[in-house]
Amino acid sequence: MKTGYAIEARNLTKKFGDLMAVNRVNLEIEDGEVFGLLGPNGAGKTTLIHMLSTILPPTKGVAKVAGSDIHKDPDSVRKAIGIVFQEPSLDNRLTGKENLDFHGRMYGMTKERRDERVKKVLEIVGLRDRADVLVQNYSGGMKRRLEMARGLMHRPKILFLDEPTLGLDPQTRRVIWEHIRVLNEVEKVTIILTTHYIEEADYLCNRVAIIDHGKIVALDKPNALKDRLKGDAVYINISNPEKYLSIFRKSKLVKGAKIVDGNLHLQVSSGERAIPKLLDLAKKHGGQVHTVSLSRPTLEDVFIHYTGRAIREEAPSNQARMGRIAMAHGLR
Amino acid sequence: MAAQVIYTLWLREMKWLIRAKSRLVASVVQPFLWLAIIGVGMSSTLTMPGNISYLEFMAPGIIGMTLLFSSTMTGVSVLWDKQFGFMKEILVAPVSRTQIMLGKAIGGMTTSILQGLLLLLAAAAVGVRPSGIIELLQILVFMVLISLSFVSIGLAIASRMEDPVAFPIVMNFLIMPLFFLSGALYRVDMAPTWLSILSRIDPLTYGVDGIRGAILGTSQFPIWLDFAVLGVFAVVMILLGGYLFKKIKA
Repeated sequence: MKTGYAIEARNLTKKFGDLMAVNRVNLEIEDGEVFGLLGPNGAGKTTLIHMLSTILPPTKGVAKVAGSDIHKDPDSVRKAIGIVFQEPSLDNRLTGKENLDFHGRMYGMTKERRDERVKKVLEIVGLRDRADVLVQNYSGGMKRRLEMARGLMHRPKILFLDEPTLGLDPQTRRVIWEHIRVLNEVEKVTIILTTHYIEEADYLCNRVAIIDHGKIVALDKPNALKDRLKGDAVYINISNPEKYLSIFRKSKLVKGAKIVDGNLHLQVSSGERAIPKLLDLAKKHGGQVHTVSLSRPTLEDVFIHYTGRAIREEAPSNQARMGRIAMAHGLR
Repeated sequence: MAAQVIYTLWLREMKWLIRAKSRLVASVVQPFLWLAIIGVGMSSTLTMPGNISYLEFMAPGIIGMTLLFSSTMTGVSVLWDKQFGFMKEILVAPVSRTQIMLGKAIGGMTTSILQGLLLLLAAAAVGVRPSGIIELLQILVFMVLISLSFVSIGLAIASRMEDPVAFPIVMNFLIMPLFFLSGALYRVDMAPTWLSILSRIDPLTYGVDGIRGAILGTSQFPIWLDFAVLGVFAVVMILLGGYLFKKIKA
């Protein structure tokens, strides 16, 4: 194994009885990356993160996290990582600051270091004015931010975020995203996040691994993943579309063409370059173009391509889980 | 480092305690009623051998009861930590499970000793008090041994459970026999043989007897025997608790 990676995993496998939760995963994540594990619920994302953070022992396979073996040297791994669990893990009866201080003490930090870091991490997540409020009075978004701050307290090299915006409203989600970007830049921390929100992976991650049924089915930069699909789609609204369908089909630019709802639907490798040429071609044959639109493939299309289904299909079970989390937040 | 971890967990328990002062006071209301009503009422009906009032005889038993109840219930905090996810935060830290168990145990011990001391004050208010500082220290030693033993039992059982609501119900099966058999309310040496034997098996018997020796100046067993039996029991329970706690899951 080459060193210098934040994470290297070889054949990492976890079986729960007959269920292959994680199936021979190989993974290399570089220092400083924001790396996304994208997949539906039950895909094995959380299990993978739990193995990498030494909470669960793998059934098979090896992994090095921040240069230390998860099996041989779990304490070094624990010191080098911070983790924000999917479900809340704060002490609601303590204040925000006390939660951070508790964490700092558990990680053997001195008083001066703790005070310095508490200030700093609260600053990063924008909770400085709430430091002395009991966590039970925090909103869901504030709790998430506090958990991120806590994960950063001991200056980990790697921060795991397990579904960091699950159950949050879209506005709060945006705020969390900005914080994730800032802490990646300011703290120079490698971030590994799991998500089943396509936009989240697209917006935040340098690289994304699509994980399905415990296996990584695709891994690349979001744009590179999209480029792997056939390319862009150009929609042309034109009079007499049938006539132009056959004309466009003869063009070298066009990889596929069909009529959808009376519009020409053309597949091209680079939409921006193709459009002027396609318009010229239509003009040459006397065509009257009314509208043109371009659509780039989304990560969602990529996901469908590799897994054969939309990630949204998991919605009902996801809602059930959000309900459970909301309950856990509200109970105390 | 180990000391810092234990202190951190202890500090957390103390913060809760300070924030829930009313709960601390409320927790000694019931044992106080035992003293003030049952104790005073029974004293007017009967006198124990050696010209000791029933209230004087019973007060050490009720202190033992308070310690037993509050110590075992320390386990429930572990289950709430599991329920609310905080246990994951504790378990993912680079510290050993043994340190975590000891931190919880010493936190629980402090809470129950505070309750025991409140009850000692209450007993003093109704006229039962140790005669001097040596006796007070003796009481403290037995309070430490009783709480450490039963806190460890509570933590050991909690490490195997999930449901914080079921915990007190399960613990009642253990607590009630331990309390009734401990000789808190009757003289073990004057009980029928079968009961006397069961009482001698109950480790709390020796704790109650040790406290009684300090308050009344007479005990059923020699103090050194009380101390030895309870001391050994406490050590064994801490080891058992530590062992089971190693396998705890968040």
